[in-house]
Amino acid sequence: MSEYILGIETSCDETAAAIVKDGKEIVSNVVASQIESHKRFGGVVPEVASRHHVEHITLVLEETFAQAGLTMKEMAAVTVTEGPGLVGALLVGVNTAKALAFAHGKPLIGVHHIAGHIYANRLVKEFDFPVLALVVSGGHTELILMKEHGNFEIIGETRDDAAGEAYDKIARTLKLPYPGGPKIDQLSAEGTESIDFPRAWLEEGSFDFSFSGLKSSVINTLHNAKQRGENLKEKDIAASFQASVVDVLVEKTYRAAKKYGVKQVIVAGGVAANRGLRVAMNEKFEEEELELMFPPLKLCTDNAAMVAAAGSVAYHQGHRADWDLNANPSLSLERYATRGK
Amino acid sequence: MNILAIDTSNQVMGVAVWKDGELKAEYTANMKRNHSVGLMPSIDHIMRETNIMPSELDRIAVAKGPGSYTGVRIGLATAKTMAWTLQIPIVSVSSLELLAHNVSHQPHFICPFFDARRGLVYTGLYQAKEGHISLVEKEQNILLSTWLEQVREKEQPVMFLSQDMSYHRDTIVRTMGDQAIFPSPALHIPRPGVLAYLATFYEIADTHALTPNYIRLVEAEANWLKEQERKQNG
Ligand SMILES: [Zn+2]
Repeated sequence: MSEYILGIETSCDETAAAIVKDGKEIVSNVVASQIESHKRFGGVVPEVASRHHVEHITLVLEETFAQAGLTMKEMAAVTVTEGPGLVGALLVGVNTAKALAFAHGKPLIGVHHIAGHIYANRLVKEFDFPVLALVVSGGHTELILMKEHGNFEIIGETRDDAAGEAYDKIARTLKLPYPGGPKIDQLSAEGTESIDFPRAWLEEGSFDFSFSGLKSSVINTLHNAKQRGENLKEKDIAASFQASVVDVLVEKTYRAAKKYGVKQVIVAGGVAANRGLRVAMNEKFEEEELELMFPPLKLCTDNAAMVAAAGSVAYHQGHRADWDLNANPSLSLERYATRGK
Repeated sequence: MNILAIDTSNQVMGVAVWKDGELKAEYTANMKRNHSVGLMPSIDHIMRETNIMPSELDRIAVAKGPGSYTGVRIGLATAKTMAWTLQIPIVSVSSLELLAHNVSHQPHFICPFFDARRGLVYTGLYQAKEGHISLVEKEQNILLSTWLEQVREKEQPVMFLSQDMSYHRDTIVRTMGDQAIFPSPALHIPRPGVLAYLATFYEIADTHALTPNYIRLVEAEANWLKEQERKQNG
């Protein structure tokens, strides 16, 4: 018999619910984006996001079940992002999930948001371990090694800004409309890499990232040019900035893939939608005997199908949350992976 | 009619079960605790105690604020989801009005309030008549000092109710003098049992459309609206 898992995701500014069959197949996947609302403020305002989640959540659930033609009775478990994310936003999802699980006597399972991003790929293709995942988004830049299901080892992470955060800040400096990341990617395609911005390689052998130096360098370059009365082309700045970010992401992922002899490399998270990154990754890994995977666009950005996919594995591994499950805005991936062990 | 009542809108957390025409059980905790952690275990406990299954519920009652934004959302998310998934009606009651009901058996004006920091309070003025409560001055987010000046002009006794009374009692006495009445301390705590009772006859809300009674806009939103207005008036 098929196993259906309900997923709920409200960690940032998307109110999402989904039903996934056997951990691998999307039955329904509904996302209510708040992007239009947050555009007014040039970024996500946490309190506004939380308010929208309460307004949308039951509607999103209704749509999710209607599209699937299923009811709560057929669900094997209710899974929800418990962290990391914005605490007020997470709380709406967590309490919604608890109410659903309680009302129908179903198991409740908390899911780590990044585990979700990685498992988005299992909705496309089964994992072939060991797997290396590069997770890049507004809040994350991490290299994660997986030797088996539910096992996550962080081998590299950002020491300051996340890649997506750097994109947003540079976009704001260039006065591009929110959300700025896709806009920079678009401009980059038209521009040329005329400025040699720094690449932060850090210590020999390190898989960590740092983008704050790059960010300052871009801002200084703009400032100096302005003082000299020079007019730098927006698209060239975008192209040069993106080249620096992409170079480091691609090279570190490549080195890690070699070192750990992985069979699959997955690029996940909102920035995985970046065309510049996709092209560069494909070129770098072209000759390699491993599989390079990008989940489809709508599974890269925040959604609940990825939560249900990761939750399905947790369900089979016997993880169950109690009724006192709370939102955990700084939930660590490694703590999550080793819980109950 | 079987009703589950939920209030997490302020520091007090309350759950109650109404069954077979009477209040069967209520649990109230007046402690600084995380409602997200405490609410569902309390619901689980009280429903076991009263021997009622979720599928046997006929109605959900929820206190919709004003109060802690996060607290209100924990209650609303839980209550809306339960009402929606069990396909039963939901009734929401203002948290101020709910508190006012604690003294609905006396003739004076009732002024429930919650501290909202920086001298501000959430408050409104109510009056009881034959067990029913009516709103005399609308609920608002206002400086307590300004509010008291307004209330004093009624030139009648006013009964004050608040869990945050200790911070504000002196200010109230200074402005209101003999006009201020303070009932016994236990009456300053909202009762989930009262919430459950009100749900037996209060108007049913649209589950999807039900939103918290925040009273106050998010600061970023208020600024944005001001900016739009400024632009329009050029
Ligand atoms: Zn994400």
